[in-house]
Amino acid sequence: MTQALIYSTGGLIVFGIGFYGVVIAAHILQKVLAVNVMSIGVFLVLMATARLPEGPPDPVPHAMVLTGIVVAVAASAIALWLICRIQVLGNTGDDPH
Amino acid sequence: MFRDISLYSTKPHPVARAFFGLATLAMTSVLIAVFLTTEQAEPTLRSMVQGAMSTSGVENPVTAVLLNFRGYDTLLEVAVLMIVATAMLPPAAPGPITRSLPAMTVDPMLAGIVRWLVPMAIITSGYLLWIGAFSPGGAFQAGSILAAAGILMLVAGHHEFSFNSIGARALLVLGLGTFLLVAIGVAMATGVMLQYPIARAAALILVIESAATISIGLSLLMFYGSVARLTVARSER
Repeated sequence: MTQALIYSTGGLIVFGIGFYGVVIAAHILQKVLAVNVMSIGVFLVLMATARLPEGPPDPVPHAMVLTGIVVAVAASAIALWLICRIQVLGNTGDDPH
Repeated sequence: MFRDISLYSTKPHPVARAFFGLATLAMTSVLIAVFLTTEQAEPTLRSMVQGAMSTSGVENPVTAVLLNFRGYDTLLEVAVLMIVATAMLPPAAPGPITRSLPAMTVDPMLAGIVRWLVPMAIITSGYLLWIGAFSPGGAFQAGSILAAAGILMLVAGHHEFSFNSIGARALLVLGLGTFLLVAIGVAMATGVMLQYPIARAAALILVIESAATISIGLSLLMFYGSVARLTVARSER
């Protein structure tokens, strides 16, 4: 098996592990982490397939993964912020509406 | 309304968990099988990029794709960062962006580390920003190093950031605003949005990246700062 195939298969396995975790995990923080694991699997597949048999790799998937990492960070940040807001608002007992 | 939302969901029955585990295994196997049996496509994208590199203004193909050939995607990505930062803005507070807290609240070890690492981080970030035209690097990498330096300052406790001040908001808008101005400006010059004139491409890319670095650094720092402030607020109740 070539290196690209090994890493892509690993990326798909990581995607599967993340998918299992999203559904089965108990706390919502674990689910957010599992979504991040899924996105890491996708990035791994993109990067592995960008490798060409000779010469420099394909630059377009590299750019896509860079964009994807930033968007994943932003999405995780807003998810964590929402979790904290739910916790804060739930414990004070007062409803802002 | 928020009292009913629990952050814990019920753990499924072990049999249901096993079933779902098998289903996930099946799905992953199907994905791997499909992946292994697809044919390798002709690598035309790399040759297209290499053919157009002389018009891009930079030497690194990834930077050229990010900021020139697929600049629209990067514009939307900076917009996503700004949207999330706007959603996480703390309550309005006038005043300067940062404020020094009295020295009594500072851990001396962390203060020493901050004194050494933050200037080095700023220099490293500037280097990464500049080298992005020739090697792996660029705005996002430099911005994340700046954000890491800011998080170190936050954790050390010597500085307090006010993310909703006028200065912070201006710096947040700087990245997306510069990108949009450049995009519309070159549209007036060449007729197509984000189509840089070839002679000016390198300079325009550097301008966009510099503004985006500051904006990205502040956005990432704000992601950490808002969540940290909320968890501190909760523990103080």
